Amino acid sequence: MESPTISIGELNLQDTELRLGLPGSDEPEKRCNVGSKRKCSPEEESTGNRSDAKSDHNQSDNNGPPAKAQVVGWPPVRSFRRNSVQQKKEEEGGRYVKVSMAGAAYLRKIDLKVYKSYPQVLKALENMFKCTFGEYSEREGYNGSEYVPTYEDKEGDWMLVGDVPWDMFTCSCKRLRIIKASEAKGLGCL
Amino acid sequence: MECKRKKEWPESNDSNRPTTFPDEVLERVLSLLKSHKDRSSVSLVCKDWYNAERWSRSHVFIGNCYSVSPEILTRRFPNIRSVTLKGKPRFSDFNLVPPNWGADIHSWLLVFAKKYPLLQELKLKRMTVTDESFEFLSLSFPNFKVLSLLSCDGFSTDGLAAIATNCKNLTELDIQENGIDDKNGNWLSCFPESFTSLEVLNFANLHSDVNFDALERLVSRCKSFKTLKVNKSITLEQLQRLLVHAPQLVELGTGIFSQELTAQQYSELETAFNNCKNIHTLSGLWTATAQFLPVLYRACANLTFLNLSYSTLDGDDLAKLLVHCPNLRRLWVLDTVEDKGLEAVGSYCPLLEELRVFPADPYDQDVVHGVTEAGFIAVSGGCPRLHYVLYFCHQMTNAAVATVVQNCPDFTHFRLCIMNPHQPDYLTDEPMDEAFGAVVKTCTKLQRLAVSGLLTDLTFEYIGKYAKNLETLSVAFAGNSDWGMQCVLEGCPKLRKLEIRDSPFGNAALLSGLEKYESMRSLWMSDCNVTMNGARLLAKEMPRLNVEVIKEEGINNSKADKIYVYRSVAGPRRDAPPFVFTL
Repeated sequence: MESPTISIGELNLQDTELRLGLPGSDEPEKRCNVGSKRKCSPEEESTGNRSDAKSDHNQSDNNGPPAKAQVVGWPPVRSFRRNSVQQKKEEEGGRYVKVSMAGAAYLRKIDLKVYKSYPQVLKALENMFKCTFGEYSEREGYNGSEYVPTYEDKEGDWMLVGDVPWDMFTCSCKRLRIIKASEAKGLGCL
Repeated sequence: MECKRKKEWPESNDSNRPTTFPDEVLERVLSLLKSHKDRSSVSLVCKDWYNAERWSRSHVFIGNCYSVSPEILTRRFPNIRSVTLKGKPRFSDFNLVPPNWGADIHSWLLVFAKKYPLLQELKLKRMTVTDESFEFLSLSFPNFKVLSLLSCDGFSTDGLAAIATNCKNLTELDIQENGIDDKNGNWLSCFPESFTSLEVLNFANLHSDVNFDALERLVSRCKSFKTLKVNKSITLEQLQRLLVHAPQLVELGTGIFSQELTAQQYSELETAFNNCKNIHTLSGLWTATAQFLPVLYRACANLTFLNLSYSTLDGDDLAKLLVHCPNLRRLWVLDTVEDKGLEAVGSYCPLLEELRVFPADPYDQDVVHGVTEAGFIAVSGGCPRLHYVLYFCHQMTNAAVATVVQNCPDFTHFRLCIMNPHQPDYLTDEPMDEAFGAVVKTCTKLQRLAVSGLLTDLTFEYIGKYAKNLETLSVAFAGNSDWGMQCVLEGCPKLRKLEIRDSPFGNAALLSGLEKYESMRSLWMSDCNVTMNGARLLAKEMPRLNVEVIKEEGINNSKADKIYVYRSVAGPRRDAPPFVFTL
């Protein structure tokens, strides 16, 4: 069962592929999996979709270093200390992100922590900016609306709000931008 | 009254044998032995010594609660006053062990209540303790004095209330980092007004507010208080009042370390600290800011242990504080202090022996700060006596580690955690083999090692070849093949604990350690390449080992995802939950 010694370049990283958590594990790890952005409707509750994300990850190709997935119990920080970190973040007042809108004089901020799903945050944005977003669909994006919600993710890419599971969105969203549907033509996915 | 010892062994028939010490003298001499290792050695000399030792032992340390049963324990040692018990495998701290795995203290308490009614001390680590157990404990041992819990679970603050209510002779209550159901702070008010014996109280890791009046009265009437570690609910103003009652404190854990204070209050706080001339350990310091740290300066003169691991200080603030801590031996910080803070450590703390740098944001992938190899080198340069390090970082180089151990060759505990699995030397892109090679070659006294980063079998070859004093090894995401693990099992004569996760070691490696495991406390392997067949074979060949596989439903049946192997004189567990398979 031993593999021959191989050079670093040939290391088959798949053998030591990072694994995601056990099913049924109640570990509230964030699933910010850069390797597998799964499409889902924002109307769905997305918490149940992690197992799909996991299988996507295991099959995602490894052209570069392994995707930076969250691994159970890593880094090895005691549960207690880890909870203190989370607590601290919560106490520090939530997950505020800036929201800009074309033509608005100033930006706003919303706390993503407060919302549990896409419909909720979209509604809040609609109220805040007095606009409407139309119906989301995976294929068409936001069809029939004057405005489209987009966000910048951790890699600096501008994405359409609603494509990834909710929890992944709240982790990876750095800021939001509401653009006009006419501008959105350039986003390609619409 | 101690149990009277009966002469159990027949008198020697050999009249030529020189007279030995009378039993009473031998026991008296042996009772002065404190070290467990010494006592173990003594007990192996001959039957007389074995008996003298067992009758004179008052403290027992059990590193794995399943290695022995309470019946066997109490049969051998009749006069125990103090028990230290450790339960779950260490990786349970990182959620790798499912809940309800075991290590419940209750069956031990039932036996202790009968055999050790005079029990005074119980120190538990990674055990499950229920409120019922606390209640039982508090009512069964009238002389009970010391309760210390670290990383335990299964109980709520109701359990603490039972202890406070019933343990009339309690001197120490130390509740650290436990999975506790913190319902409220009322437990503290359960200490009766007549109760004055408390010397050590640590409730720093509980969240609920306690009744401050009750706490203040407790501190003022217990004149022998030497350790007080309060929780975040205690304000600076309240802390000042506590310090006025107990200036003799030797170990202090503050509450929240910032507040709107008037000039007068600030001054009173400073005075209170100045009057504490005996403080050598300081912790707590939640949300400590530069504004308030100066009140500590005078009190830090004799400080030997500073735990800032719950304060998000930056490097500058740390530097200003450390100037006042020239006698520091142990320092725990968050990586918010960055390399700059560590440079200050190197500059101001020449006597430092232990450094732990914890990650403030372990799960944030975008972190661009934290500490690097530069900080590590800086500390090693200024602190030649450094022998214990725990270092969480995002980047490291082989050269830096080599420099560190050259500066500090006396490492006994070297725990380096490069937080991104499989990460190579970020400058050369090579594996981190040479780093750990340097550690084991240079640090001949090394007892504990945790490795990380991109590692090939070469790391383990080095470990097997050079780490002759190594007792504990932690491995994660490392190695290429069975050969690596084999090197360690064959090469490290003093190895006691081996814990491995997510590494490509399989049955051949597992089985190469057949003879080794009986001389070790335990082996843990999770998410490696061990199969059920390999585990079964091990169990078959080594009947005195407990070979347990943790299997959760729905996973591929031939893989032994988590295997825990340990020696035991108590036989297989009788309390194993359904997901633990004893082979």
